[in-house]
Amino acid sequence: MNNGHILSVRDLRTYFETEDGTVKAVDGISFDLERGETLGIVGESGSGKSVTNLSIIRLIPEPPGKIVSGEILFDGEDIRALPLQELRHIRGKRIAMIFQDPMTSLNPFMRISRQLMEITRLHLGHTKDQAYEHAIKMLETVGIPEARSRVDSYPHEFSGGMRQRVMIAMALSCEPELLIADEPTTALDVTIQAQILELIKKLKQQTGASVILITHDLGVVAGMTDHIIVMYAGKVFEQAPTRELFATPGNPYTKGLLRSVPDPTSEQGSLYQIPGLPPDVAHLPPGCPFAPRCDRAEDICHREFPPFVKLNEEHFSLCHFADEVYIKSCSERALRARHGSAADKHEEGNANA
Amino acid sequence: MKDQPPINKPESDTPEPALTPLGTVSEPPIRSREGDIIHTAPEFAIGEGDVRSADTGVLEPLAGTSLWKDAWRRLLKNKLAVFGMIVLAIIVVASVLGPYIIEWRTGFSYDTVPPQMELNKAMPPFRDVNGNFSGLHPMGTDILGRDILARVLMGGQISLLVGIIATFVSLIIGIAFGATAGYLGGRVDNLMMRIVDVLYSLPYMMIVIVLLAFFGGNSRFMQYLQSIGISQQKGQLFLLFIALGAVSWLTMARIVRGQVMSLKNQEFVLAARATGVSTTRIIFRHLVPNTLGPVIVYATLTIPQVMLQEAFLSFLGLGVQAPLASWGSLASEGIQNIAIFPWQLIFPGVTMALTLFSLNFLGDGLRDALDPQMRKV
Amino acid sequence: MLRFIVRRLLITIPMVLIIVTLTWGLIRLAPGNFYTGEKRIPPAIVKNIREKYGLDKPWYVQYGKMMGRLLKGDFGDSLTYPGQSVNQILWRALPVSATLGLLAYLLALLVGLTAGTLAALKQNSKLDYASMALAMLGISVPNFVLGPLLVLLFSLTLYWLPPARWGGFPSWNLVMPVLTLSALYMAYIARLTRAGMLEILRADYVRTARAKGLTERQVIFRHVMRGGLLPVISFSGPALAYIITGTVVVEQIFALPGLGNYFINANFSRDEPLIIGIVAFLSILILVFNLLVDIAYALIDPRIRY
Repeated sequence: MNNGHILSVRDLRTYFETEDGTVKAVDGISFDLERGETLGIVGESGSGKSVTNLSIIRLIPEPPGKIVSGEILFDGEDIRALPLQELRHIRGKRIAMIFQDPMTSLNPFMRISRQLMEITRLHLGHTKDQAYEHAIKMLETVGIPEARSRVDSYPHEFSGGMRQRVMIAMALSCEPELLIADEPTTALDVTIQAQILELIKKLKQQTGASVILITHDLGVVAGMTDHIIVMYAGKVFEQAPTRELFATPGNPYTKGLLRSVPDPTSEQGSLYQIPGLPPDVAHLPPGCPFAPRCDRAEDICHREFPPFVKLNEEHFSLCHFADEVYIKSCSERALRARHGSAADKHEEGNANA
Repeated sequence: MKDQPPINKPESDTPEPALTPLGTVSEPPIRSREGDIIHTAPEFAIGEGDVRSADTGVLEPLAGTSLWKDAWRRLLKNKLAVFGMIVLAIIVVASVLGPYIIEWRTGFSYDTVPPQMELNKAMPPFRDVNGNFSGLHPMGTDILGRDILARVLMGGQISLLVGIIATFVSLIIGIAFGATAGYLGGRVDNLMMRIVDVLYSLPYMMIVIVLLAFFGGNSRFMQYLQSIGISQQKGQLFLLFIALGAVSWLTMARIVRGQVMSLKNQEFVLAARATGVSTTRIIFRHLVPNTLGPVIVYATLTIPQVMLQEAFLSFLGLGVQAPLASWGSLASEGIQNIAIFPWQLIFPGVTMALTLFSLNFLGDGLRDALDPQMRKV
Repeated sequence: MLRFIVRRLLITIPMVLIIVTLTWGLIRLAPGNFYTGEKRIPPAIVKNIREKYGLDKPWYVQYGKMMGRLLKGDFGDSLTYPGQSVNQILWRALPVSATLGLLAYLLALLVGLTAGTLAALKQNSKLDYASMALAMLGISVPNFVLGPLLVLLFSLTLYWLPPARWGGFPSWNLVMPVLTLSALYMAYIARLTRAGMLEILRADYVRTARAKGLTERQVIFRHVMRGGLLPVISFSGPALAYIITGTVVVEQIFALPGLGNYFINANFSRDEPLIIGIVAFLSILILVFNLLVDIAYALIDPRIRY
């Protein structure tokens, strides 16, 4: 079973029962993550990216949520089949999570030290003193100045960026094999965002952990990830190595997302926006969920659900016209390469960073 | 001392929907004194749920009507709330019409003492004076032979009347106070809310007792009122409305203030201000209507509280005075004879409990229905 | 913190004065007084008594005298209980009411917290519905209905418990009064606990705690309890005021010689010093207790600084 993948998700479906009907927050997601690799999951709000990752460690609030089907293999073990007791030895120890909002993700009633010690005492069997020293060491690692004097603070005494550092320290305390960062920078200031991303990158290199980075911001994943999954309405819309995805997107939605990333080298002032709003996941149209907003859409898109097209060995796209879009992207790239346009250089730079 | 940051309010700038009843109380929510009524809106992500709020943001003009429709639909789904509504409707109709129907059918009003001496005694439910079955008094009679059903229904009239009018009084005070504080903000707001805090910690029921003992009942004050042509019954009821209304407005003021604060910076208010509408007009024409949801919920929950207080006072002999009766005074009479004639307590007591039960369920249901953020609970 | 406590204690004094003034004003505004009640007393005696209690002086002199006494902690002499000072009556009645109130609140905490926590943890289960329906019943059944019904059942039908009177502590006489008084707060606390716990159970930091791999028990006890109990803590302030009101009823039903009973009697007999004494005493009690609640709150929630 274990073929070098630390994590392998097959046909994962997580539904929520609401008054408006069943919300298929995640509807048939599959992907693999190799050891030491970083995977980016990109999508707008409501695309199901967070639910995917909460499903991986079975933290979906149940009810109303439920993992309906699918297989989640972590290091060859089926997470869904594990008894809760054994799952707990994985949570926090082998798979750690960093959440979006550092302001609410730390317990406001507990000292930072206790929250950090809790996890190492649980998983590494630390004594109180060991755990305390370890907590200080971890705070130093994530770059909190005067860690020793600040370890006994309460979360509200820290700024947002500092709290996110604490969250990272907590997540990395037990040297997890897989780190899931769910929009780790969304709630932070732009300058702090870059610092936190750098920190995750650095620590990943040090510990060799695999990382899943969830974000709605393509700019964030560009320099961080090896592979990218683009999600929309609970489905994988496109899946490709980062560089390839940026260079030759094979899905109109991805193209739209890429066009809406601000490009400092572009002369044009106005920023592209995908028209319309993310769909109501409880009431999806029968055809392609993106069709109402898609500029490439034709009749078939509104009628039939699109196929998941294999564009090359590692590149997949969910679209009736995937091949066409992909070929167009390729030719555009070729054109750009010939003319050596600035935009292309920027794109390449992004992908290589 | 109570201006710490709200405890569960996310510290982000996500705009809150215009109507999050009870969710936007600006006090730290779980510090609120009537905590069970007030919830914070938890951030609960279903597919990161902002899909919806984005929707309503665009469809602003429609949001108003669909919100009430939605709420009504949700309310109808809540079995307990529907049960409450039905029971309440029955009790209200029976209380309003019942006494007259009974008088028409049997000739007995709630206060008719049978002229025959042998009937002036307590008879058990469905029994006549000889202990045989009789449909004349389904709830029996009291020691004077008065029909308890008629008395319970008449008492219901008074109890409901006091509950509704005193709640109305508290509504007016609470809305005026809360809206003013919330709209003016700053120091005035601070001072006004501090006053509310202080009043919260007063043993106000004791002062109400003193007030009613010295001004109500057979006091010189009532005799004075009679001398200027106000009957004692009317005077006593009026005193009850004022006294109970005056002590029940605190939470209402807090809720209204919270709502107004969250609404006052929204665009339609700015628009009104920009076109030169006066402050009072903004408060009463634009802000007050928008705070209606939570106000309705809390008013529904205030009615049973006020009824309970009225009953408490009547039980002590300080509330409604004979010959008028309320559920509280009936229960009080019933307790005197509980050992021998338990039905005299049981019928008014159970009717009252059933009414409060229904009102509370309805209030709870309304809250859940009007607060979309709480609907998953 | 210390400054806060001192400041709050200092505020307590004017507040008690305001309450007392309000009560005194109400009593004085009402036409008629103790001597114009039902009892007919010869004018000469009235004159004598009026002089003895200083009632013949202008109102501001009387007010000043009363306040002066009050500030020294002397509530004066009762009018209805000859030869007894209000202070004596207070100290005699307090243990009765305090025993009742304290036991009722402890019972309410015990039952309410347990029921509320279980209901929240098993949300939408039968247990949840049952305990919340019961709580709703507790809120809806007036204590003056519940009390007599208990008497009817346990004393008059089953002959298990004495129906009334004070029997000291502990005694079987306490069971029904405490139960009657406690029901409402039990229900309130259960609802508050459930709502508070449910809110915290959905908090992000509880998800963090679960993601750490803590057991459900650890998550609940370490991470959920504390925040979930805050509403109950802040409820205990108003609860005391409500309990005092409740003891008035319960002491009437069960004929217990507590503060509530004396207060009602004092009102009916227009015993001004006794009314003011009880109001002042209970106000101080409530205000100090509210201060304690705020301190407890600050101890539990580190974000609150006074």
